Amino acid sequence: MIDKSHIGTVSEARMIDIEKGQLKFFAKATGQTDPIYFDDDAARAAGHPAIPMPPTFAFSLGLGAPPKNGNLFDIIPDLRGILHGEQSFTYHQMLYAGDTATLISTIRDIYEKRNGALEFVVQDTDVKNQHGALCIQMRTVTVVRNMQA
Amino acid sequence: MAAISKSVAVGDTLPDHVQGGISRTTLALFAGASNDYVRLHIDSDYVKEAGLPDVFAHGMLSMAYMGQLLTNWMPQDRLRYWNVRFLAITPLHATVTCRGEVTEVFEEGGEQRARLKLSVSTQDGVSTLDGEAVVAI
Repeated sequence: MIDKSHIGTVSEARMIDIEKGQLKFFAKATGQTDPIYFDDDAARAAGHPAIPMPPTFAFSLGLGAPPKNGNLFDIIPDLRGILHGEQSFTYHQMLYAGDTATLISTIRDIYEKRNGALEFVVQDTDVKNQHGALCIQMRTVTVVRNMQA
Repeated sequence: MAAISKSVAVGDTLPDHVQGGISRTTLALFAGASNDYVRLHIDSDYVKEAGLPDVFAHGMLSMAYMGQLLTNWMPQDRLRYWNVRFLAITPLHATVTCRGEVTEVFEEGGEQRARLKLSVSTQDGVSTLDGEAVVAI
C-alpha cells in the first residue's frame, strides 16, 4: 500500500534546461512531420523564437528532473503494476528550446478503489520559465494495480 | 503569431491522424526522447517476470500523437487546456488513429474558444484514450 502520509508533500523547485537536441529527438521518436518541431528555420519562419516545446513535453521535463521530495517512483512500493490513468495540461504561455524551466510538484491525493486492488496517486506540477512566468500546470493520475490484493 | 481566426462550428471534425505500427524501436526511441524509463515499455524480460505478455506502449506516446492531431489543425499557442484518460493498454505493433470533433463554441477569457472531444483507437477498434481540449479560435 502507498503511504497516505505523502499527501500534501510539496517538492523542492527543480530546474531543467529545455534542450533543442532533445526536442528534435522527441520529434523523431514520435514521427513528427511538422518541421517547426525539429528545424530552427521552419520554427522562426512560423513566428517562433526557437523550436517550440511540444504540448506533452512538460511531462518529460518532470521525468527529467525528478523531485527528491514526493517522487512517485519512490513512494510507490511496486512499480510492476503502474499505469498512467489520466493526464491534463493547462497552458498559459509557450516554452521553447533554450528556455530553462522550474518545476514544483505537489502530491495532491492518494486513494484506493476495489478494497485496495487499485491505488491512485494525483500529482500536480507547476512549470515556470526562467522569467518566473507560470507557463503550464499539469496533473498526472497514476494507477497502481496490486495483483495480490 | 498565427492570428488567423478559423471558422469553427460544432460538429466539425479534425482530419484523422494515424501513427504506427508501434515497434520495439518506437518504444526504445520514445523512452529515451521522453525521459520515460519505466521498464514495462522497454524490457520484455522484466515484463514477463511481472506476469504480463509483453512490453506495451507508453500512454504518453499516444498522447503525443493526439497532440499532433491538434497542432496539425491549429497552432500550438491556441491550446488552452487538454485532458486525457488512458482507457486501455496500447499493444506492441498497434496502429492508432487519433480523432477529434468540435462539441462546443463559447466565449471565455475574452476570446472565442472551441471544446473538442478527442479519442485514440487501435486498428482493432479498441479505444485506448479519450479526452477533451479547449482551444482559442
